[in-house]
Amino acid sequence: MSKELWKGNEAIGEAAVRAGCDAYFGYPITPQNEIPEYMSRRMQEEHRVFVQAESEIAAINMVYGAAAAGMRAMTSSSSPGISLKQEGISYLIGAELPAVIVNMMRGGPGLGTIQPSQSDYFQATRSPGHGDGRMIVLAPSGIQEAVDLMQDAFDLADRWRTPVMMLADGMIGQMMEPIEWKQRPAQPPVDKPWAATGQADRGHTNFVTSLRLDSVDNEAFNQALQEKYSQIREQETRWEEIDCEGAELILVAFGTTARIALSAARKLRQEGIKAGLFRPITLWPFPSEALLKAATQPGVRAALAVEMSAGQMVEDVRLTLCGAKPVHFFGRTGGMIPEPAQVAQEIRRILKEGQA
Amino acid sequence: MSQIVYQRSAGLQDVETHYCPGCHHGIIHKLIAETLVELDLCGTAVGVCPVGCAVYAGNYLNCDFIEAAHGRAPAVATGVKRTHPYLPVFTYQGDGDLAAIGAAEIMHAAMRGERFTTIFVNNAIYGMTGGQMAPTTLEGQKSTTSQLGRDRQHHGLPVRMAELLSTLDGMAYAERVCVADMPSLHKAKRAIKKAFTLQMQGIGFTFVEVLSTCPTNWGMTPVAAGQWVKDTMTKYYPLGVIKDVEGTV
Ligand SMILES: Cc1ncc(C[n+]2csc(CCOP(=O)(O)OP(=O)(O)O)c2C)c(N)n1
Ligand code: SF4
Repeated sequence: MSKELWKGNEAIGEAAVRAGCDAYFGYPITPQNEIPEYMSRRMQEEHRVFVQAESEIAAINMVYGAAAAGMRAMTSSSSPGISLKQEGISYLIGAELPAVIVNMMRGGPGLGTIQPSQSDYFQATRSPGHGDGRMIVLAPSGIQEAVDLMQDAFDLADRWRTPVMMLADGMIGQMMEPIEWKQRPAQPPVDKPWAATGQADRGHTNFVTSLRLDSVDNEAFNQALQEKYSQIREQETRWEEIDCEGAELILVAFGTTARIALSAARKLRQEGIKAGLFRPITLWPFPSEALLKAATQPGVRAALAVEMSAGQMVEDVRLTLCGAKPVHFFGRTGGMIPEPAQVAQEIRRILKEGQA
Repeated sequence: MSQIVYQRSAGLQDVETHYCPGCHHGIIHKLIAETLVELDLCGTAVGVCPVGCAVYAGNYLNCDFIEAAHGRAPAVATGVKRTHPYLPVFTYQGDGDLAAIGAAEIMHAAMRGERFTTIFVNNAIYGMTGGQMAPTTLEGQKSTTSQLGRDRQHHGLPVRMAELLSTLDGMAYAERVCVADMPSLHKAKRAIKKAFTLQMQGIGFTFVEVLSTCPTNWGMTPVAAGQWVKDTMTKYYPLGVIKDVEGTV
């Protein structure tokens, strides 16, 4: 298969089309505008649905409607727009509807900047909306991976009847990389007997709702949700480890920052300093077990979380290691990108100063 | 020999509703149910219910339903109708849902000329949450958040949604009706049926505003509430066809 040069946002749009996305609903916001732009043309070519909504709130609720009617639906946005989508995401969780949401994160808070950031980690992994809900969060570190994960996102959403977020940053959306369109084995169509599409062939009505007024019912629903979440944790947790074996320090980073951290680690190898990279691919569920294993290998002195935020994922790293190893943090925030040299310097400092 | 002269419409499920005595939500449900049956749409229709007293409409009407977030029913219906253009799709919304929190969603659905039907139940108050002021609460009308009566200096004047939405080119048909007596009820039925019929012809957005009662939060008897709709509400909210593009072309 030959490689093609694609811009991140457009590649994600194309991957969604190839993943069988039936309907796209969006609203412009930088740095993800190429997704709705690309989809406006491609979905029409495919005789599928594209609507530019009047707001992110409307867009996510259009997704809710299409998903409730059994379709593969998606939306995309960037940080301020995702805040507006939180209501809809909570309803998707409450009604157990599959949907894919792309967040090309930019620096906040407020209107912030259009430069890349990872500061929506808490929002995505802790509180996708009100209530006790979670969503699967996938974090690609390059365009090839984003394209591959896009197909998985729709499959996971259908399999688990849950919203799935593709959490990337403006860097991944805006850059170009050579990618390969992999031929995937066709997935069997997922049966959606719960969908609201007219009762004719069914003989009974379907009512898609997140309302369970009786708190006894609502607690039972929540318990079932938690049961589903523990199955997702068991079956869907993903991560990558590079050079973790024999490492003195484990870098923990996702997305764009994982690439920066890896450059730093490679640079340090030439100086004889062994740093490995642990890269969570699912941010929720967070790959705790694997990280604990990697970071408690003999020889590991410390872990260093690197993020484009003031320190969000590092909380999961601390919860995971729970005092087993010292956990350090290095981050740039507000739309600034850490440089490999800065990360390398931080690693040298930690190991040299015996802070480990 | 006994003969059936009246029975529950096949468009309704065989359950009791939770609506208060004298509430017109139930009557409006019945008119929609009869319409679905007469147009043979029970097997294909998808309704979208609001946050408000009609949140359980999906348990009462005999067709598929989706419960939307507060005010977002028109966006949800857009998602259904765009992906299933041949299904009859409708939203059922109260005045807090449609004219306050969901004002943007209904306006833009109308602007885009979305090919679904909205049944807008205007009872001049927030029913479910206990009688707070709605954008449709009449001047001078008391509510739990306008205890001295709605004051135009402070709250502005109530909104006529059917007229407002009819200024938009995407609106194909808008009529305001009430169900407070038999002649009005027949007219309301005709309007709802026409809206669904036009929807199935794909001509644009169709909208029926139904003036309704909330005896519980108005502090009135069911009879007095029905009378108040006829005597007072219709003065500010005139009944009749507001827009009918089919009739004008
Ligand atoms: C986002 C949000 N805000 C507020 C509420 C509380 N709430 C529930 S129903 C309702 C108003 C319902 O009034 P209306 O739309 O007029 O319908 P009615 O009950 O009168 O039929 C409100 C404000 C909510 N559920 N969600
Ligand atoms: S509170 Fe008002 S609108 Fe709600 S069911 Fe009772 S009468 Fe009807």
